[in-house]
Amino acid sequence: MTTDSILLGLAGVLAAAAPIIFAAIGETLAERSGVINLSVNGTILLAAMGGFAVAVTIDNLLLGCLAGMLVGALVALVVAFSSITLRQSQVAVGFVLALMCRDLAYFLGNPYMGLSGPRIPSWPIPVLSEIPILGPLLFRQDILTYLSYVLIIVAWLWIFKTRPGLILQGVGERPAAAFVRGANVNRTRYLYTILGGALVGLAGPTYSLSVKAGWKGTISGLDGIGWIALAITIFGGWNPIRVAFGAYLFALLQWLGLVLQPSLPGIPSQVLQVAPFPLMILALLIVNIGNTEWVERVLATLPESARKLIARLLRSLRASPPASLGVPFEQE
Amino acid sequence: MTRNKSRWINISFQFAAILLALLFTTIILLFSGAPPLQAYANIINGSIGSLKKFSDVLVAWVPLLLTTTGLLVTFTAGLWNIGIEGQITLGAIFTTGLLRLFQDSGLPPGLILILAMLAGMLGGALWASLAGALKTFGGVNEIFGGLGLNFVATALTLWLIFGPWKRPGIGSMSGTEPFPNHLWLPMISGTRLSIWAVIIGIIALAVIYIVLRGSYFGLRLKAVGKNIRSSFLIGIPTSRYMMSAFILCGALAGLAGAVQVTAVYHRLIPSISSGYGYLGLLVAMLINYKALLVIPVSLFFAALNIGSIQLPIILKLDSTLSGVLQGALVLFFLMMDGVRQRVLRKAER
Repeated sequence: MTTDSILLGLAGVLAAAAPIIFAAIGETLAERSGVINLSVNGTILLAAMGGFAVAVTIDNLLLGCLAGMLVGALVALVVAFSSITLRQSQVAVGFVLALMCRDLAYFLGNPYMGLSGPRIPSWPIPVLSEIPILGPLLFRQDILTYLSYVLIIVAWLWIFKTRPGLILQGVGERPAAAFVRGANVNRTRYLYTILGGALVGLAGPTYSLSVKAGWKGTISGLDGIGWIALAITIFGGWNPIRVAFGAYLFALLQWLGLVLQPSLPGIPSQVLQVAPFPLMILALLIVNIGNTEWVERVLATLPESARKLIARLLRSLRASPPASLGVPFEQE
Repeated sequence: MTRNKSRWINISFQFAAILLALLFTTIILLFSGAPPLQAYANIINGSIGSLKKFSDVLVAWVPLLLTTTGLLVTFTAGLWNIGIEGQITLGAIFTTGLLRLFQDSGLPPGLILILAMLAGMLGGALWASLAGALKTFGGVNEIFGGLGLNFVATALTLWLIFGPWKRPGIGSMSGTEPFPNHLWLPMISGTRLSIWAVIIGIIALAVIYIVLRGSYFGLRLKAVGKNIRSSFLIGIPTSRYMMSAFILCGALAGLAGAVQVTAVYHRLIPSISSGYGYLGLLVAMLINYKALLVIPVSLFFAALNIGSIQLPIILKLDSTLSGVLQGALVLFFLMMDGVRQRVLRKAER
């Protein structure tokens, strides 16, 4: 492998991570406010199909992307309305929507299967794209990939460095306290669930108009990616930068799987295709095991020095959800 | 408010939910330029249009009955066993493995079939215990652990079909070599329905109904599901109870997989679980986890599945229409239930 082809591959990894970053950071915003939107997998499929259908029909890429975001926002609105206003289980509503939106995507997408459609062109940034190594790696992408870089930073600044971000954190952690200090808990939750949903929706057209251009129904290869995005949200500890790290790691491993496949003839292709899922379980195990009770009990029996070391290691990996995640708030 | 009156309020809200789901699906059909009435007529005709078609509905009903029954146990324990798809698959794999092992052994076929069912239950239970262990000992939410294991189970099936268990010559998506007739669950002549499968399904539901309603285990399991922390404090070994729920549900899912192999496909195919696990989750939510409603509602869902099979041929519509209608039904049931509670709360003030 030449340096150029490795660079090209790694640039592809950054582009492939973009939709996962949109979805996982969108979900991070919703969950930070206390609402789990479990519909992500179905939303991405429906938004991918819808975005593609709009872009093909009226030959407009921007409207295709906006259509995907609208789909995501609408599905999120259903989740928010059912869970916040109607107080139904977020998991139940989200799971039903995950299945239903997937079936809707396949049903409505039937006439668009296999059509050749427009594709978002890459747009090298002048000057920056000429920097050695970093140029071809970072700055010869399409606009959506650039947007994914911006989103990571903006979301992180928003959550941790601004006043609205502080309110967002408060609403997800201690809604009663946030309410006393004048925050409108349920309105904040609606807002971030819908905003997060729109970002999850953007992941759809990012696939169907860029990363995996086109709509191929059940063989589009998108089914399952939404669950990965949800897991990356947890792995990322609800922090946009760590979430982005998870998304890049995932895209990198997927690329390595593809690249290494020819040199590993002993491993059947089916195994490498699902390799992300055991990895997802392992990643969740790593960030969660520090929270379990038996680990604490075992740690207590270890000698002081070893205990401190392991405890510190577990703590640094550990991810704890917002304290009021999934818990409805009685505002009156 | 009298009990009778609140029951009628319940029913009218549920009726409204059904209407809304039909309205939603009709709008979707109109949106895609299809004639809604013709589509519905097709689904009805395709499911109960003839005795043969209805027997096909019953063929689909048995595995759905088994998975929904199993899910009643995990839902009682407050667990979302989304890994049930993989548990069906592992049941089917274990059953296929046992049949392959014993098909030339000369043992009586009835005995081999019984062993095959037990192997299926074991396979499902083992796969479920993995999700359970990840949850109870690893802190991994059962939704993600289960989902990951579903994908692994599918890969395992594909690997077996194209690798060690491939047909003589070359492996194909049509599955492994079919088993000889005497290793099939006997079918009613002229149909694909095995009365034994139906009996297994109904016995399983009866057993679980009794366990959940009338046993100490069921009562304590309910306590774990309602409030895990206080259950633990009053001395219920919550981890063990959650593991038991996973294993029971997994065994029933594995049995569904065993039925798919011995009574429906007579071999291992790539999509052996046929989505009955996820569909079972929808049924369980729709009936609000009431055991007595499992039979009619799972029968209705099976009818929708079978009825929509011919849509692509006759109306050039995708057969996922049944999934849209099923999802819409559950979604509007949940939402109307929320509306009802909201209205009642307002009325009480």
